[in-house]
Amino acid sequence: MTEPLIGVLALQGDFEAHGRVLRRLGTHVREVRTPEDLDGLDGLVIPGGESTTMTLGVLREGLGEPIRELTAAGVPVLGSCAGLIMLDREHLAVMDILARRNAFGRQVRSFEADVAMEGIDGAPVRGVFIRAPLIAEHGAGVEVLAEIDGHPVAARQGATIAVAFHTELGTDDRVHGLLLDEVRAARARR
Amino acid sequence: MRDEATFTVKSGLAEMLKGGVIMDVVTPEQAKIAEDAGACAVMALERVPADIRRDGGVARMSDPEMISGIQETVTIPVMAKARIGHFVEAQVLEALEVDYIDESEVLTPADERNHIDKWPFKVPFVCGATNLGEALRRIGEGAAMIRSKGEAGTGDIVEAVRHMRQITGEIKRLGTLNEAELPSAVKEIAAPLDLARSVAAEGKLPVVLFCAGGIATPADAALMMALGAEGVFVGSGIFKSDDPPARAKAIVEATTHWRDPERVAAASRGLGSAMVSLESSKLAGEQLLAQRGW
Repeated sequence: MTEPLIGVLALQGDFEAHGRVLRRLGTHVREVRTPEDLDGLDGLVIPGGESTTMTLGVLREGLGEPIRELTAAGVPVLGSCAGLIMLDREHLAVMDILARRNAFGRQVRSFEADVAMEGIDGAPVRGVFIRAPLIAEHGAGVEVLAEIDGHPVAARQGATIAVAFHTELGTDDRVHGLLLDEVRAARARR
Repeated sequence: MRDEATFTVKSGLAEMLKGGVIMDVVTPEQAKIAEDAGACAVMALERVPADIRRDGGVARMSDPEMISGIQETVTIPVMAKARIGHFVEAQVLEALEVDYIDESEVLTPADERNHIDKWPFKVPFVCGATNLGEALRRIGEGAAMIRSKGEAGTGDIVEAVRHMRQITGEIKRLGTLNEAELPSAVKEIAAPLDLARSVAAEGKLPVVLFCAGGIATPADAALMMALGAEGVFVGSGIFKSDDPPARAKAIVEATTHWRDPERVAAASRGLGSAMVSLESSKLAGEQLLAQRGW
């Protein structure tokens, strides 16, 4: 099997950092700015950035429905920080979660912390929380993968994974590895 | 273990702003227009650079009341400017919990020799630079983001182009030097050696590089992205134009699709007049803001 092709939503945000991690893991990477860019993807990353800017960009480009169709067809998705917000009920409605934006406060409250995450063995992940959201509500079909102060900050529903923090700014690629596990499993089923 | 205000956290916010447009605003109403147009952050200030130029006098940090009003109106990051070297203005902005401080040459400098020591602050700083040495001195002082200065308040892109080409050209040149040649090269540009070494190895600044100063059209924004900017500050260019909401949206679109001339063309249609502009080459020496900073 050839290496998978992973799209990174590139309307605004740290899409290049996600591209670097994915290339380190040996995948092909395509920046996604229009619906045509979604054709033939094996997986999709929605990066960090400003969720307001990204939401307006998704509307302008008509990307909402095509992304929902992609996930409905079983293509795995990873959303990080603003990407988690984009996946919630009030945005793309791909996951049965409700995000609380800027849940930890303004930039002066941004922080790094060790996060013990379900499905990732060994040392905890060093999560970078930048004006980060958390998961305020989630439905029964959602599995919480990690918590901070008793609040969910990582979750999975089917082949969709959302994390409130960043790991792509460093060199720990294990969260993206979870996405690639889903991608391989989805391709094996086809 | 939880750590606040690490350099990763400070420079990380700039990473999240990449590919976006940061817009100067002077009222909560303008901030809302900027947010609704897709700005990734706003810069709260009392007068846009074009008005600072016109009115003259000392330009200072904005009224905290105005900054708080903008913070209550939008959910995107709010930045604000402090005078060069005025660390107390910066402390005030930190107390207000702005998301980024711009130690800016657009305001009248408070210290003609020293910039703010930015390391003790929890709030990250962005600073202007006209060349690589200036950029690395600012990073050495703790800046977590750099913007090329351009010439604010003119609507003339030529200085922004000059400074971006200067910075990227010097980065390329450092990459051609070996370890024996680096010390004398950094002496010429007055840059810290350890940072110059990292630039030579990575082929880029250790922090995010935006552009500023003179962007008035969608094509200006796309040009700067093509020259190596990772995002765009627009000052007077939006709210001094005929149709601010349309122009703001168009500059956001051109910044995302800078590689696609058809999209830049589509975004450029029917925006009305751009801001009233000034040719930077006709400005007298003391009117040039970019030379403030040491």
